Amino acid sequence: MPEWEAVIGIETHVELQTNSKMFCGCAVAFGEAPNTNTCPVCLALPGAIPVPNEEAIEGIVKIGTALDSTINKDSLFYRKNYFYPDLPKNYQISQYTFPVCEFGKLEIVVDGEPFVVGITRVHMEEDTGKSRHVGEDGRIHDASHSLLDFNRSGVPLVEIVTEPDIRTAEQARAYGAELQRIVRTLGVSDARLEEGSMRFDANVSVRRGPDAEFGTRTETKNVNSLRSLQRAITFEIDRQTRVLEEGGEIIQETRHWNEDKGVTISMRIKEESEDYRYFQEPDMLPLEIDEAWQQRVKAEQPELPAQKRARYVGLGTDAHTAELLADDPALGGLFDQAVQAGANAKQAGIWITQEVVAYLRREEKSLVETALSAAHVAELSEMVSAGDLSSTASKDVLNAVLAGDGTPREIAEAKDLIQISDSGFLEAEVDAVIADNTDAFEKLAGGDMKMIGFFVGQVMKRTGGKADPRLVSEMVRNKAQG
Amino acid sequence: MPVDIDIAKVAHLARIDLSDEELAQYGEQLSVILEYAERVSALPTDGVEPTSHPLPATNAFRPDVVTSSLTNEEALAMAPEAEDGYFRVPRILGEP
Amino acid sequence: MTDLADLSIVEAGRQLRSGDVTAVDLWEAAATRIAYTEPHLHAFLTVDREGALATAKVVDAAFRAGEDAGPLQGIPIALKDNMCTKGLATTASSRMLEGWVPPYDGTAVANLRNAGAVLVGKTNLDEFAMGSSTENSAFGTSRNPWDVDRVPGGSSGGSAGSVAVGSSMGAFGSDTGGSIRQPAALCGVVGMKPTYGLVSRYGLIAFASSLDQIGPFARSVEDAALLLEGVAGHDIHDATSYRGEYPTLTDGLEKGVKGLRVGIVKELMVDAIDSEIRAATRAMADKLSDAGADVVEVSLPSSEYALSAYYLIAPAECSANLARLDGVRYGNRVPADTTDEMMAKTRAAGFGPEVTRRILLGTYALSAGYYDAFYGQAQRVRTLVRQDFATAYEQTDVLISPTTPTTAFEIGAKTDDPIAMYYSDVCTIPSNLAGDPSISVPVGVDTRGLPIGFQIMAPALGESMLFRVAAEVERLAEFSARPSLAVSKETV
Ligand SMILES: [Zn+2]
Repeated sequence: MPEWEAVIGIETHVELQTNSKMFCGCAVAFGEAPNTNTCPVCLALPGAIPVPNEEAIEGIVKIGTALDSTINKDSLFYRKNYFYPDLPKNYQISQYTFPVCEFGKLEIVVDGEPFVVGITRVHMEEDTGKSRHVGEDGRIHDASHSLLDFNRSGVPLVEIVTEPDIRTAEQARAYGAELQRIVRTLGVSDARLEEGSMRFDANVSVRRGPDAEFGTRTETKNVNSLRSLQRAITFEIDRQTRVLEEGGEIIQETRHWNEDKGVTISMRIKEESEDYRYFQEPDMLPLEIDEAWQQRVKAEQPELPAQKRARYVGLGTDAHTAELLADDPALGGLFDQAVQAGANAKQAGIWITQEVVAYLRREEKSLVETALSAAHVAELSEMVSAGDLSSTASKDVLNAVLAGDGTPREIAEAKDLIQISDSGFLEAEVDAVIADNTDAFEKLAGGDMKMIGFFVGQVMKRTGGKADPRLVSEMVRNKAQG
Repeated sequence: MPVDIDIAKVAHLARIDLSDEELAQYGEQLSVILEYAERVSALPTDGVEPTSHPLPATNAFRPDVVTSSLTNEEALAMAPEAEDGYFRVPRILGEP
Repeated sequence: MTDLADLSIVEAGRQLRSGDVTAVDLWEAAATRIAYTEPHLHAFLTVDREGALATAKVVDAAFRAGEDAGPLQGIPIALKDNMCTKGLATTASSRMLEGWVPPYDGTAVANLRNAGAVLVGKTNLDEFAMGSSTENSAFGTSRNPWDVDRVPGGSSGGSAGSVAVGSSMGAFGSDTGGSIRQPAALCGVVGMKPTYGLVSRYGLIAFASSLDQIGPFARSVEDAALLLEGVAGHDIHDATSYRGEYPTLTDGLEKGVKGLRVGIVKELMVDAIDSEIRAATRAMADKLSDAGADVVEVSLPSSEYALSAYYLIAPAECSANLARLDGVRYGNRVPADTTDEMMAKTRAAGFGPEVTRRILLGTYALSAGYYDAFYGQAQRVRTLVRQDFATAYEQTDVLISPTTPTTAFEIGAKTDDPIAMYYSDVCTIPSNLAGDPSISVPVGVDTRGLPIGFQIMAPALGESMLFRVAAEVERLAEFSARPSLAVSKETV
């Protein structure tokens, strides 16, 4: 029998970081005192009606464009009806037929292999409030009562639904990570999983090989890191495989990822056939995203992470460095400016992703809190290329620049780290050392190349360590070979 | 032709807790009204676009500007029950 | 001398500006009228004596300072109790919202305050504006001022009755399927539903969002136009608010109907319409013809399906609009062990039978498997109704018909027969489905002395034409009768 294969689809909710909410003027803010950013609209007071935020529509068009989607010129809002206390209107304004975006795709790379995930749709909706369950350990079932905060109610929410194209937990994670990068690059959301501004639901089923029918799927919620997305899917694939191997049956249900125990748990909701009674939102006019709007968004689209990584590799960085730089806008920005100012890309990439990152981590600082500028990186790069500074010393200089001790040259001079690369002077030194050590030189000339190190060491000693060792080594070798 | 209605399911969807007698009574009334309303199906509407809105316009937007919210006190002044700045409700069974 | 409570808004405005009367005088006249009519009429749920007096004083100071915000400054105006008023209870005549005090003003209310109107109080209605008699109010039925054993119509029955007896000089209601025009007809006043989108719905407790529209009640066509002018205008808080150029409302009032093409709607002149009403409609059509209008018969073939379509669309929208009334954030709550039970019990206790019926009806009409047969089909019928109107307006400037199939009926006469009650709106619903403006003007009384309304309909944004024809109908009708409750004041 063929091996088990997983079939995975991901639904992602992204909160847009607009100034104000989707349908009212309340501020979009995280972590404020409960029920301080609410108004008649987002509390669903009688008589209050929604008016959509233009910037949120702009945001979803940006996301859809970055995901290579068709942007529907005509798009409609619907009411999705269900009663739940965190949903003030007891219907969610969402989209149904005619979402803003359809038929997109996202290419990811796993283990060096490119892989395309189809995007079914990207639609606009609003977030709910939050509930806190009081009593016991905060778990919903054991609570004595619940407390509701509507600050999040009505925050613009974009839902991105993939085709069931994903086959492994690693691919799912890579998809999630790439989507997060894109959303951040577009500047529409901070996409923080731990704060819930980006949330994944994973639909997982397994089947006997790629030609078999899809199996019954479960939906796993409460995944709040990329790592737990991968873990939850891995767990669910294993669980389903085991159940089926043992002759059991998979129940179509919603499951909850328990991070501490590393398991998915059935929510034990009888899956009543959901009847959301969708109908077109009569408080709202149809959306019309015309050709001009679509073209403008396309023209204004920033360089996407994949494009940026490809460009960095083209400049000479390795793939890993390119990814690190592309992932961090501050580091990537510094890198771009440094290269622009003349820095060697490969060198600059390594300094920034290694020395600078290590410094920031050690000092618990962000890049802007340091004294380092792109011009410093370029200057440092030139000094190394010119032989004025050894690459070992360059790391010390870089750390001193970060600490605010001055420009690279100032620091190198102050620390007396400038190398001697004057060949006339160095040749005289080399000749002097040879003259003092004729026996050793004979060995070298006889082919014992290990002796090069001895001569270089002697010259370094005579010059107080300031000679360019590369240059000295070359001279000694030339002299030995006559 | 009277319309067959699962009135208990409808009442649950609408979150209205009705007694068996009330359910029977509303079920009967709805059946009569729907029978009357069903006359709409007599009208041939092939190729007719539905009107969900009387205004032939699109794109009514609000600029992304923050306006003043209610204070916590104003919001909770209306609440049947409140606690620590939150609206308080009995325990919630299940997720949506 | 005319009692100040019986002045028109136009005349009161003149006297306010000449200094002959003050806003406080007008308010006191209204308050006196309220005091002796309310025990019989029950038009009001709340009378804001302190607020009205305070506003009147502010307005008088403004007049003295030469500040003039326009024709509604100092005019006592009543509001249907489904219009949110900051700091003043707003209940929509529902137990669910008993005692609820909104923290905000709806846009129409805010516009009236800015215009210097003296808001006298909140008027009774059928619960959440669902009904044609005010019998569905949780707080008692309003009475018809012409015969207190009869209904004032609905759902804006309190506003209609208040204007009829002079306890306000003008009032506002909301019209979803005829809820302004039908009670206006039954109470012998002018009632007008504007083009959908002309008046912001922000702060109007929604019944059916794609149909609801706020409009005025007045004792004259000109007053109605002034009232509408006071509230109409684009509103950033309502996405369906009209964004184009607004029609002028009062500049055609004197122009007459000479040369205008007037279509009398065949389908609304059938046997199901009371014969006296048909006769009165026909007589007014003849007078219009004599005045120079070209009166022709037109057909709205889909209109016989309009009522059916309406009773699918409006309940469907209301089933979602009223879902927010769940006992969580405001309003009354029936305690229970879980939130789900609490919501279901709260809603069962809070909603009256008609509202419950319509929520259930709408929930069913939207549910899986029935959507297309009911709601979808009703929306397509709506398109046909609009097409019918468009065709009719190719050959006419306005359409005319009776406003109602009967004059005011006795309290309790139709409460056990929802469909008979729904039929009260048969003439008014087509304009709501089309989104067009429409007005009812009193043109006479029947043999029982009950007023008869005459309906004029115009295409979207045709308010100028609508008021122009209505003004001529008013002149031709010479309707001067007053309800017994208003004229028998000395004997009370
Ligand atoms: Zn808000």
